[in-house]
Order: sequence, then structure tokens, then C-alpha cells
Amino acid sequence: MSTLAVRPRWPLALCVEAAAAAGRRLRHLRRAPGRFLGITLNPLVSMLILGYLFQHSITVPGAGSYQEYLFAGAAAQVGLAGIGPSAIAVAGDRDRGLVDRLRSLPIDRGAVLIGHTLADAVVGVLGLAVVTAFGLLIGWRPHGDPLSTVAAFALLALFGYVMSWVGVLLGMTSRNAESISALAPLVTVVLPFLSNAFLSSASLPGWLTPIADWNPVSAVSSACRALWANPSGTATSFAGTHPGVVLAAWLGPLLVVSAGLSLRRYRATG
Amino acid sequence: MELAVEAVGLRKRYRGVEALAGLDLTVGAGRVLGLLGPNGAGKTTTVRVLATLLRPDAGFARVAGHDVVREPDGVRRRIGLAGQYAAVDEVLTGWENLVLVGELLHLGRRGARRRARQLLDRFDLAAAADRPVRTYSGGMRRRLDLASCLVVEPSVLFLDEPTTGLDPVSRLALWAAVEELVAGGVTVLLTTQYLEEADRLADRIAVIAAGRVIAEGAPDELKRKVGLPWLEVAVVDPATVPGALSVLAPVAAEAPVVDRDGARITVRLRDGADDLATAAVALRTAGVEVLDFALRRPTLDDVFVQLVGHTT
Ligand SMILES: Nc1ncnc2c1ncn2[C@@H]1O[C@H](COP(=O)(O)OP(=O)(O)O)[C@@H](O)[C@H]1O
Ligand SMILES: [Mg+2]
Repeated sequence: MSTLAVRPRWPLALCVEAAAAAGRRLRHLRRAPGRFLGITLNPLVSMLILGYLFQHSITVPGAGSYQEYLFAGAAAQVGLAGIGPSAIAVAGDRDRGLVDRLRSLPIDRGAVLIGHTLADAVVGVLGLAVVTAFGLLIGWRPHGDPLSTVAAFALLALFGYVMSWVGVLLGMTSRNAESISALAPLVTVVLPFLSNAFLSSASLPGWLTPIADWNPVSAVSSACRALWANPSGTATSFAGTHPGVVLAAWLGPLLVVSAGLSLRRYRATG
Repeated sequence: MELAVEAVGLRKRYRGVEALAGLDLTVGAGRVLGLLGPNGAGKTTTVRVLATLLRPDAGFARVAGHDVVREPDGVRRRIGLAGQYAAVDEVLTGWENLVLVGELLHLGRRGARRRARQLLDRFDLAAAADRPVRTYSGGMRRRLDLASCLVVEPSVLFLDEPTTGLDPVSRLALWAAVEELVAGGVTVLLTTQYLEEADRLADRIAVIAAGRVIAEGAPDELKRKVGLPWLEVAVVDPATVPGALSVLAPVAAEAPVVDRDGARITVRLRDGADDLATAAVALRTAGVEVLDFALRRPTLDDVFVQLVGHTT
């Protein structure tokens, strides 16, 4: 008696369902442009305060333009800024009972989260575009070949994508959305200062230097600086001179763990 | 009778709380079961197990021919769930909410839109279609929630306290919508704290308390279990009460009770309708002028007080 729509086979079904879920999240972000502003706000403020107001009191360790050094760090901040909104959205859906509706539908339960993170990726790329435009305005220029330039942006997008999954896991495991909105800005603001995003890690108190060198934010920033042939500070440690290794060591496991645990939790019947 | 829902010995324990303590229930195909119980009785937990959202610790349940634990996909393809809190997206419009469900269910963009339009019309939401759900009233949200369950028409529908918190007009509208679905052949399991709601919508009622079904039957059956009907007589002149009491004594199962104003007498009858006629004739013969003379049947409220020990 029930009129069943035809559900295609697995990979196609997942794609259709994830696309629908992604469309929903994009609509949300369009209705609340504040969220979009939110992810670009911190990087813009960083560039404005450090790169413009304080530009004469900061010198790049080594040589070169501070604006060019700073930009990679600000761009990495876009990814960090995505964690909070992603987590809040996931926790909110759960608290409002929407997850129950979605979980009672005959769809791939992973589709909802995958769609969510894909939509976040789209927004992250838009955020990067805004931040890049501002960077160009205050004097950042890439000096590498076009392919390397694009590769650095792809790396930033990947970093943001992984952070979106971290946000999903955070949202699913948190008790309530309020605690996330209190903590998330801290991550966006503090983590870059415990890295080489804005200042050389060597200028931090000695015991913090290794932490900063192993901070994934340092690794993304350094990798982008290398690809853009921007000034890159004076790191000498293994971690400081091998950002690719540090990055792979972080992003791979982070993605596998956060996506794996989130999907498992979402699919499980409690 | 073919069973659309069948649960045997369901158990679910949360730290320290036994939410379901061996719950059994059945719903025949095309029928409406009202799951009636106070707050914390286990109604939501039952619905969540049957809708594959929660895995029971023990027991077995089959919905629309599929085991809820082993074949959850088969169950999900045939059920609709309207949870205790309207599970609609507040930011999206009513129209977008329905199109989203249609797209998730592979109706395609055009199919999803066509279906959304039909449902908005049917649930009297067309005028509000393009407003964010945030601006909807409680009744509109509930109707949209119900509409979301019907994008692909289910064969079994779970409604968890569908009218809690609604104003009387919205409640009637929702009842009418549910009745229409039932007329179309959908099996419904609805939970409620309102006796009136179960009485109106359900073919059968299961009274649940502390995770167990403590009474089950057709509404009338349950009422009969609680006791025989009683007679209420209001007299015009309180001075005639003693006379009335003496002529009513022969039909009373226990001593008649006079209320505080001294003008209304309640008599538990021994034998229903026959006694009613006897009482009427006896009062007229004794010359007692009667203001009101009525047979009262126990309401589900009385059922509830009797079974659970308190009202909701
Ligand atoms: N997630 C949960 N964690 C702990 N206890 C729960 C949880 N869900 C329900 N309970 C407990 O289980 C019992 C039954 O709850 P529920 O099924 O929601 O009752 P009802 O819907 O009839 O009000 C209650 O005592 C409730 O406190
Ligand atoms: Mg409940």
C-alpha cells in the first residue's frame, strides 16, 4: 500500500542523499550570513591588527615582508574557525529532534554527515576567497608557480574539511551547544598563537617551541609559505622543517578518527 | 488478524532506570493503538525502539513485517515517525522542509516539489509555505511534522504525543488529519497522556506504567473493567432527599452517596439499564421532583486512577 520511491544502488543513493543534506546546510548558511562572516572574521581581524596596525613592531625572523609571512597563518585560521559552527549545527540538530526524523528515514545514515561536511567545504572555500582578497589588499603575493599556488589553496581546503569533521565529532559528543559556542572561539584564537601562524615558533618561550612546531596550524602555514615562496621563518627542528610530515601525521588520523567515530555513532541504534 | 506491529518482552534500561520492563503489544494492520501513560511511563522509549532509533536490551519487535533490530532498513522504508517534539527544520521554510525529505527519499527534484505542494495544501499550510518554520505556531509545526512523515506514505505511523501543548482547535485539526489517514488504511500507534485523545482516536488502548502494559482493550472494555455505570440524580428540593434515598436503596450496589449541597445523589447500580427504569419509576411514585437524572459511565480518567493510582 505504501508508494515506495525507487532508491538507487548504494553509491548513487548515498550521493543523492548527501547532496540533499548538503543543500540543506547551504540554505542554513545563506539564511544566517553571520555564520559565514564568523569564519572569515578572525582571519580578517588577525591580518588587520597584526599585518596593518602592528606591522612596524613585528619583523619576520629571517627576512621578507611580514604581510606575506602572516597571510598563510590567517588562511589556516579559516579552517579552525569552521570547527565551532560545524559542531553547533550538529548538536543543534540532535537537540531539536531533527536527527531522529532523519534517522527514521530509509536513507544512508552517513549521508547526512557527509553532506554537512561537503557543504562546509564549499563555505570554507568561499571564506578562503574573501580572506585571500583581503590578503592581496594588504600586500600578500604568491611567488611560486601557478600549480604550487593552487596546491596551497587545495591544502587549506583539505585542512578546513578535516576541521569540519572534527567539529562534527565535537558536536555529536558534546552535551549541549552552549558549551561549544563558549569553547570554539578559543580554539580559533589561541591555537594560531601556539603555532608559527603569526610569529615564529622560535620567539615563543622555549618549552613551547616544540609544541608550536608540532602544531598542525604551523604545518599548514609552513607548507603554504613554501608553496607560495613566501618568507618562512627560521625553524630548525625536524618538525619545523618538515611541515608535510607533520601535516600528514595530523590530518590523516584526524580525518579517519573523527569521520569514523562520527559515522559510527550516527549510524548506531543507541 | 494480520499484525502491523508486534512487540514481545521489550526491555530497555538506562543507568538505574528501567524504561521498558518487558513490554508486550500488538497492533493489527489498519488499526489504531493508543499507548496511554503518564510522564516517564516508557511511551517514547517504546516508539523509539519500534522506529529503529533505539536497540532494545532484550525482547523482539516486528514492524510491517520486519524485525526492528535485524532489518531496520525494511522497517524504515515502511514507517513514519512524528516524535514528541516536532522534528522540523526551523530555519527552512515549510516548503523547503518537505522538498528536503522528498529529495532524501529519491523522489527527484520535480517529484519532491510536486509532493510538497500536495502536502502543504492538504495540511492547510499553503499560505505559510514560504515562511521559515521558526515563525509557525505549535499547531502548524505539528501539521508540518506530520506532513513530513507522509512524503512517501508509510504503512505504519508512529505519533508520540501528537497534540501535547496544542490549543483545542489545532488539536481537533490534528485529530481529523489522523482519522483521515486511518480511513486510508494506515496503521497508527499513538502515545498520549490524554484519555480523551485515546478514546477518540484509538480502536484499542494499552495503558502503560513503569515500562509495562498494565491493561489493554477497547476503550469501552477498559471502562467496563473499572466498574458498572452509576446513576446521578439531582433533586429540586433538598427536603425530598431522604425519601429519594429510601426508594433508590433497592437498586443500589452500595449505599447511595449524597453530595455536600445535599441535592445530588450518586448511586452505584447493581444491574445497569434495568435498574435505571426501576429507579425512575420509584422516584416518580414517591413524588420526588427530579432536576437531572442520568446514567454516567466511567471515563478513561477513572480507568487511569484505578489502574495507576493517580491521574496524569
Ligand atoms: N536517554 C535517557 N537516559 C536516561 N534515562 C532515560 C532516557 N530516556 C528515557 N529515560 C527514562 O526512561 C523512562 C521512560 O522514559 P520515556 O520513554 O521518555 O517516558 P514517556 O515518553 O512515557 O514520558 C523515564 O524514567 C525516563 O527518565
Ligand atoms: Mg515521551
